[in-house]
Amino acid sequence: MPKTHHVRVRLNGVDHEADVDPRVLLVHFIRETAGLTGTHIGCDTSNCGACTVLLDGRPIKSCTLLAVQADGSDLTTVEGLMHDGQLHPIQEGFHQEHGLQCGFCTPGMMMSALALLGKNPNPTEQDIRWAISGNLCRCTGYQNIVKAIQYAGRKMQQGASA
Amino acid sequence: MIPPSFEYLKPRTVPEAISLLEEHGENAKILSGGQSLIPMMKFRLARPGWLIDINHIPNLAYIREEGGYLKIGGLTREADIESSDLIRSKFPVLHDTAFVIADPQVRNLATIGGNLAHADPANDHPATMLALGAQVVATGRRGERIIPIEEFFVSIFTTALQHDEILTEIRVPVPPPGSGGAYFKVERKVGDFATAAVAAQATLDGQGVCQGVGIGMTNVGPIPIKARTAEGFLKGKTLTEITIAEASRLAAGDAQPSSDSRGPAEYKKALVKELTKRAINRAIERARQ
Repeated sequence: MPKTHHVRVRLNGVDHEADVDPRVLLVHFIRETAGLTGTHIGCDTSNCGACTVLLDGRPIKSCTLLAVQADGSDLTTVEGLMHDGQLHPIQEGFHQEHGLQCGFCTPGMMMSALALLGKNPNPTEQDIRWAISGNLCRCTGYQNIVKAIQYAGRKMQQGASA
Repeated sequence: MIPPSFEYLKPRTVPEAISLLEEHGENAKILSGGQSLIPMMKFRLARPGWLIDINHIPNLAYIREEGGYLKIGGLTREADIESSDLIRSKFPVLHDTAFVIADPQVRNLATIGGNLAHADPANDHPATMLALGAQVVATGRRGERIIPIEEFFVSIFTTALQHDEILTEIRVPVPPPGSGGAYFKVERKVGDFATAAVAAQATLDGQGVCQGVGIGMTNVGPIPIKARTAEGFLKGKTLTEITIAEASRLAAGDAQPSSDSRGPAEYKKALVKELTKRAINRAIERARQ
């Protein structure tokens, strides 16, 4: 049996730690040791982006990173979006603009959107399509996802100026 | 899918990582960005007993110009190459390349050192580095040695690196004035490997005569291929529609594609011809800017 490793992360602003086998993937660490199942396992081969989370602010595919590699990092998952019972503008945008149908890709889409809007509050349609190019959606045709992210960008800018 | 069991090691220095490679021999693998290695382990195409994670070694990720070279640390992420102003302005072919590797999430972890050391002929940097005449810095017990990129790719998934060496830096000679480059890739969808791709780097004099040219090709052979016949033809010639068309035809002849799910070999040769033309034309446009 391989040696287990103690992994400690900041997960949505809360400390979380567990002992894991080196082969445990970050997505399983999040879903199984922290019980946060909003992060989905889709293709499991870094194609679909359903498992996207933010690692120190950058979107990555958590099916293709070992949990031990994330030791000491700051992670944000879809559960980290809502604050004080209020939907995050990105969640509100997906609701208002019908940015989902089956919803499977949505957590990953929202994490890619969060990283984009953090860097670029006023993205063009091209910027948005670049940012979600690693996230597959088989329902919407992407139009409404783009609109949802534009909605969130506007809302976040209003929030910042208010 | 979960990878097979392995032991995980986290060295803090390059010499420590090299000692671990020596200690565990062929059963050990370096873990850099992991964006090729981890999927290969999931599919049981790789089963290392020991993973040596170099991500905690300081000073292996950097992009700087020094002594006539662009120097890129082996652990530099593709996303940082993509967003580097130095690379965008002086090495546009390298910006083009990083921009089309996999997708944004993968580029946040994937490293240039891994892209080259993995030696997958479908990876994008090898063709560009062949076009740019890059050098690989390999660090082992006895220090650093320089491997010209043309000698680096030995066979599929095999490089000139010794087992106890780590790719620590890529060096690209700063091109003379009047140079430009471009990378053109055809992929079925974002994130897919190239059906075919071509990197071109050219240097022109005031009369439009080609003083130097490098052409590299992705995923059209068992290793990344330098289009030597096409390069030899262009050198010293004025770049016109006719000479570029001939060089593109010769590049397609240098390619050795095989038929697979991405298309028949003949189609890939036709792609190489067209992509070479587009890459050279864009390289010339940029050389004149």
